[in-house]
Amino acid sequence: MIRARDLEKRYGRRRVLAGVDIAVPARGFAVVTGPNGSGKTTLLRVLAGLAAPTRGILEVDADRAQLGYVGHEPLVYRELTALENLDLYGRLYRVPERRERIGMLLERFGLWEARNGRVSTYSRGMTQRLALCRALLHEPELILLDEPYSALDEEGTDLLDRELEILAGARTLVVATHDPQRLARLTTARIALA
Amino acid sequence: MGLALILALIVAPEDADQGISQRIFYIHVPIALTAYFCFGLGAWKALLLLWRGDERNDLESYVAIHQGTIFGALTLITGSIWARASWGVWWTWSSNQLVLFLVLFLFYCAYFMLRFSLEEGARRARSSAVYALFGVVLIPISFLAIRLADDFIHPTVFVREGPQMTGTMFATFCLSWAAVTLLAYVLYRVELAGKRLDADLRELREVLQ
Amino acid sequence: MIYFADVAALTRKDLRVELRARDTLPAMLLFVLSTLVVFHFALPEGTGDDAAYGLLWVAIVFTALLGLARAWVPEQEHGVLDGLVLAPSDRSAIWLGKTLATLAFLVAAQVVALPAFVLFFAPLDATALAGVLLADIGICAVGSLMAAMAAASRSREVLLPLLVLPLAIPLIVGGVGAAISPEGGRYLLLLALYDGAFAVLSWASFEYVVTE
Repeated sequence: MIRARDLEKRYGRRRVLAGVDIAVPARGFAVVTGPNGSGKTTLLRVLAGLAAPTRGILEVDADRAQLGYVGHEPLVYRELTALENLDLYGRLYRVPERRERIGMLLERFGLWEARNGRVSTYSRGMTQRLALCRALLHEPELILLDEPYSALDEEGTDLLDRELEILAGARTLVVATHDPQRLARLTTARIALA
Repeated sequence: MGLALILALIVAPEDADQGISQRIFYIHVPIALTAYFCFGLGAWKALLLLWRGDERNDLESYVAIHQGTIFGALTLITGSIWARASWGVWWTWSSNQLVLFLVLFLFYCAYFMLRFSLEEGARRARSSAVYALFGVVLIPISFLAIRLADDFIHPTVFVREGPQMTGTMFATFCLSWAAVTLLAYVLYRVELAGKRLDADLRELREVLQ
Repeated sequence: MIYFADVAALTRKDLRVELRARDTLPAMLLFVLSTLVVFHFALPEGTGDDAAYGLLWVAIVFTALLGLARAWVPEQEHGVLDGLVLAPSDRSAIWLGKTLATLAFLVAAQVVALPAFVLFFAPLDATALAGVLLADIGICAVGSLMAAMAAASRSREVLLPLLVLPLAIPLIVGGVGAAISPEGGRYLLLLALYDGAFAVLSWASFEYVVTE
């Protein structure tokens, strides 16, 4: 699914990634580890196509329609409600039976009650759950998660555990985390950044 | 190369016989043409960057535009001297060419502001390239606009009657045009080499660390 | 056709965000009206209508800049622009959606400001109004691209006017010409040419300025 050789990303003089080799097979579960500032976020942005590598070879067998991404930020409009945000993304991703799919996701992530509230009124945990809904909305083949647990409360953490359990083995996942222990049972590949 | 340049610059004005206002023509017009050429070159390199994605074009585009802006500033200065000699004022809004260069000068100063306030990297290279392309579209449209603006800013159109160029004058003009182009080319190469050396040194230092 | 469905969804979203937050349009309205009042005191008695038309154009350009400065603010919060860039729709649709939304705000501000101008200063004929509309299209098309570029920079508030003003000079020439010249048609042609050339260029280059 993902093959990368000698990947490098630099911003002018600053080298953020250097000599990264990756091989993640389809339906693999890869965990990206490394200390703060080792380029976990940059690597996921490069894999998502948000940033282009400066050097090296990168092949990702998924186009934008098949890619789901949860970043540092939730990527949803503060002034819109959960429903309106997902409706906009559902249109852009051309999700079939948009309403039903959105309703089901909101239900599953415990946001149905809050669906008509603006994101600006949400707690951090709720916003992160919405970010997960947004990333899974179009049932992507390749899912990139950047520290998905960071903003979640206890209930959200359990929800995500359950969700990853279902997705592992069915989809390809790349998860950046500082707590690889938590995902050890699902992990099939490790990418360690220094 | 340097010798030919100096020779051309010193010999060329000797042929001029109609006082300082004629003399500056041989400098002013070639400088202006060279500035256009540099802006065009910068936009061409910018197009190559966007099209082919070759990062080297970023530096080449930047250096070409840098040279173009220097020659553009020189055009404004020599034009101002010319205006003083011909009409007794340092600035005149009735010279379309000068007004156009003022607009372009502001535009390309904004180009540098854009470059300096973006973080180094692919995004800066591409944003600068896009702005450089806007520049070459702005040149003809501004030219047209300034010609049209003459209508309501200077309702009385006066025709400047330049004397017909003689053979020697034309030769001098061509010679000084060639000399200025050569000068621009040399400066372009020197700056490019300097910037590249700088980048290489930086890389070397990083490797050594 | 799906392209225009994306554009419509994006524009509608911008209008909805503005309806909720009311960050941009009231500011533009108040700004343009205050500017007109300032002009009354800045114009000495008996300077004539032509000077007023000139100042009207200064007001229009700066009002547009005020709107453009806020154009991408909703996308900058929570990193939404990344989300839009990741979506499979053509990225130029993001630019077109933003251009149309900004144009809607600018036209809405002018619906109040132009009658006020006529009331306070001088009449506007059909050619002058056509000039305003064509110049609005041009400044929003170019400005929404420039604002996206400036948004990624360290000094976005300062940078945007510096980037846009040199590019707006032909629009001012066209707009003022359409208002005061007896041969206004030529100026409308200039504005149409500007809109065509720069809209195509902005449309084609947006994709390059939103990825790293």
